[in-house]
Amino acid sequence: MLASIALFLQRAVVQGIPLLFGSTGEIITEKSGNLNLGIPGIMYVGGISGVIGAFFYERSTATPNAFLSILIPFLAALAGSALMALIYSFLTITLRANQNVTGLALTIFGEGIGNFFGGSLANLFGEGGSIAMTATSNLFRKALPFAEKLGNIGTVFFSYGFLAYLAILIALLTAWYFNHTRSGLHLRAVGESPATADAAGINVTKYKYMATCIGGAIAGLGGLYYIMDYTNGVWTNGGFGDRGWLAIALVIFALWKPNIGILGSILFGGLYVIYLFIPGLDRSSQELFKMLPYVVTILVLVLTSIRKKREYQPPESLGLSYFREER
Amino acid sequence: MNSNAALELRNVTKHFGSVVANKNVDLTVRKGEILSILGENGSGKTTLMNMIAGIYYPDDGQIFIDGKEVVIRSPKDAYRYHIGMIHQHFKLVDIFSAAENIVLGLEEKGSFNLKKATERVREISAKYGFEIDPEKKIYQMSVSEKQTVEIIKVLYRGADILILDEPTAVLTPQETQKLFSVLRKMRDDGKAIIIITHKLHEVLALSDRVTVLRKGEYIDTVITAETNEAQLTEMMVGKKITLDIDRSEPKNPQDRLFVKDICCVSRDGVKLLDNVSFTARSGEILGIAGIAGSGQRELLEAIAGLQHLSSGEITYIDPESGSEEDLRDKTPLQIRDMGVRLSFVPEDRLGMGLVGNMDIIENMMLRSYQKGKSMFLERKKPKTLAESIINQLEVVTPNATTPVRRLSGGNVQKVLVGREIASAPTVLMAAYPVRGLDINSSYTIYNLLNQQKENGVAVIFVGEDLDVLLELCDRILVLGGGKVTGIEDARTTTKEAIGLLMTKTDGGDET
Repeated sequence: MLASIALFLQRAVVQGIPLLFGSTGEIITEKSGNLNLGIPGIMYVGGISGVIGAFFYERSTATPNAFLSILIPFLAALAGSALMALIYSFLTITLRANQNVTGLALTIFGEGIGNFFGGSLANLFGEGGSIAMTATSNLFRKALPFAEKLGNIGTVFFSYGFLAYLAILIALLTAWYFNHTRSGLHLRAVGESPATADAAGINVTKYKYMATCIGGAIAGLGGLYYIMDYTNGVWTNGGFGDRGWLAIALVIFALWKPNIGILGSILFGGLYVIYLFIPGLDRSSQELFKMLPYVVTILVLVLTSIRKKREYQPPESLGLSYFREER
Repeated sequence: MNSNAALELRNVTKHFGSVVANKNVDLTVRKGEILSILGENGSGKTTLMNMIAGIYYPDDGQIFIDGKEVVIRSPKDAYRYHIGMIHQHFKLVDIFSAAENIVLGLEEKGSFNLKKATERVREISAKYGFEIDPEKKIYQMSVSEKQTVEIIKVLYRGADILILDEPTAVLTPQETQKLFSVLRKMRDDGKAIIIITHKLHEVLALSDRVTVLRKGEYIDTVITAETNEAQLTEMMVGKKITLDIDRSEPKNPQDRLFVKDICCVSRDGVKLLDNVSFTARSGEILGIAGIAGSGQRELLEAIAGLQHLSSGEITYIDPESGSEEDLRDKTPLQIRDMGVRLSFVPEDRLGMGLVGNMDIIENMMLRSYQKGKSMFLERKKPKTLAESIINQLEVVTPNATTPVRRLSGGNVQKVLVGREIASAPTVLMAAYPVRGLDINSSYTIYNLLNQQKENGVAVIFVGEDLDVLLELCDRILVLGGGKVTGIEDARTTTKEAIGLLMTKTDGGDET
C-alpha cells in the first residue's frame, strides 16, 4: 500500500513538472500584462527543439560527451521557445495585435512546427518512423545515486532527473524575485498599471519583452522535460496532449504565485494520473477523471470571484496593449 | 530678480495646433510661500504646470530655477530640479502598498530594501503631519489617503517645489482642512508650493500670493492679503463680450419639470449633488453654469434616469394631460419615451449616444429599433431622417452611410443633437454641445436650441462659456460643489455675479 502511494506521488510529480515549467513561464509573462495563450505551442516547440538538438548531436559524434548531450538540447529548447515568445512579443507589444488572437494563432503554429519537424526527423531516422533519443534521455533522467537505497522516501523525493529540481528551483526563485527585488516590483507595476509604471520612469516595453521571452523560454523547458524524461526520449506527434492548457489553468489555480504553483502542479499531475491507480475503471470513466484538474480550476475561479480579494485577481492590465496616450 | 525665487517663468508660450494654451505667461514662486493659480476652465493653468513638470515642452520662453536657466524635457528632468507635481488623476498601482508605490521607479543605490523605504516614509509623514500607514494597500485607501501617497511620493524624491493640480476637487471639507495644514507646514519648512484651484475661498484662506490666468494669458499677480473676492473674480472672468446670439422672449412659459432637493453621493462618500432644486419651464432655455465637475453631469443624468439618487424628487408635468409623473420610478427608456431627451455631449462625444463605427443611418436606428414590428430592421425611415438632418443642419459628410467616427467633431455633434430633436422632445438637455466646435457650427447649435425653445420645449443647456450662457439663456442656474448657489435672470445679471456664484462653494468650515 505504502509503496503504491509512493509510486502515485512519484507519478504525480513527473506529470506535474511540465505543468510547473509552463505555469511559471506563463506567470512571469502575465505579470507583465501579457496573456500569452501561445504557451501550449511554445512548450511543444520547446520539446521539438530539444529533440532536434539531441538528434543532430547524437548523429554527429560516435562518442557523445555527457555534458554536451545535455547542454545542446537544453539550449536548443530555450532558444526555440524564446523565439516563439519573441514572435508573440513583437506582435502584441510593438504592433499591439490582440493578445488572445495572437496567442491562439501561436499555439496552432507551434503545434504545426512541432509536427512538421517531428515528421521530417522520423523520415531521417528511418526505422519505422519513431524517434527515440534513448542515450540523451538516459542522461536527462539520471537520478541521484542513493535514491534507490532509500525505499519509498527515495522514490518520492530523489528519483527524478535534474530538470524536475530545476523546475522547483525556478519557481521558488521567481516567487522571491517578484517580492524582494526592485526589478520584480517594476515588473509587477508594468502588469498592473503600465501608465503608472511609465510615469515612474520604468521602460514598459523592455519589461514586457523580457518577461514574455524569458517566460516563454522557461515554459519551453516543460516541453523538453516531457520528451527527455517523461517519454524516455521518444517523440510522437501530438503526444504532448493538453498539457499546455493545463499549465495555463494552473496559473489561475496558483493565483499568479509561482510557489503555490509548485504544489498545484503536483496536485494537477496527481489528478491527471489518478485514474491509473483506481482499479476497475472503463475507458469513459477514465476520461472523466482526466477532467478533474479543469474542474478544480473552475472551482478556484468561482471561489476567488466570490471572495473578490484583490490579491487573488489577475494583474489588472492583463490582456491589454499599452500605448502612451497622445497628449 | 528676486534672490529667493525658487522658480521663475518668463514669457512662456505653448500652442496646441492653432489653439494657444498659454501666451507670454510670467510667474514667480518663492521659497517658503504658497502661490495660487486662479483661472476658469480652459484658462491654461494645467498646461502651464505641465510644462514645469516636464510633461509638455514650451514653444517659447524661459524657465529659471534658483536663478539659473534650465531645460525641462521630461518628468525625470523635473525631479532632478526638485520639482514634483501631484496630478488630479493619481498614478498609483492599486494592489501595491503605499511604500511600494512611493519607491516605484526609483533607481537607488544599494540593495532593494522596502523596510528602509517604509522607515523613511514614516519619517516624512511625521515631519509634516501626514496620517498614513505605509503598508496599507492603495485599493483599501480613501481618495484623500491616495492623494497623501502622491504627495509623499514627491517629497520622497526630494522635491522642493510642489505643484498641486486642483487637490481639493476630490476631498471632503475636513480632508481639505487637513491638506491645508500639511501644506502650511511644508511652506514653513521652506518649500515652494503652487496650487491650482478655482475656489476663491480656498485661495484666500491658504495662499500668500495669487496669479490669475484668463484664456491662456497672464493677467496679474496680487498679494492675497491685499485683495478680495470681487477683485479676483473680475480678474478671472474679464469683461463681457457681446456675441449677438438671437434670443426671443419666452412664449407662454409653463412649468414642465420640477426638481426638488435631489442628493447624490459618490462611491467615495463625496456629495456630488447636494439638495438641488429648480424648475424648468417650456419655451425657455435654462442655462447651467459651474466649474467643471460641480455636479452638472450628475444632474442631467439624474433627470434622464441614469444616476441613482440618495434622496429628492423629480416631477415631470405632461404637456397634454397636465398630469404629474414621478421620474424616479421610471426606467431611462420610459423617461425617454415621455419626451425627456438627453443629448449628452460629454468629454468624448462618441462615448455616449453615438456608435463611432456605425454610419449615420444606423445611429438613427439606435433610437428607433425597438419600435419595429417584424424581426427585420426597418431602414427606410431612419434613412429619411438621416438625410433630412444632413440637409437641414448642413452636416458635412460624403453620404449617410459614412461611419460617424470619420466625421469632424462639429458634424458628430449636429448628428447627435439632430437625432434627439427629431423625436419632438418636451425637455431637451444638452451638455457642452459646442465644446470644440468652430464659431459657425456653434451658432448652428445655438439656433437649433432656440428653435426648440420657440416650439415650446424646455431646454436645459449646460455650458462653460459665460458669455454664451448670458446671451443664449433665459435663466441661469449656477452650481457650485453640487449645490445650487444661485438662479439668475440672464437678461439682468452680470458676468461677475455668475463668476462669484460659481466659485462660492462654501466648503470647509460649516459642514
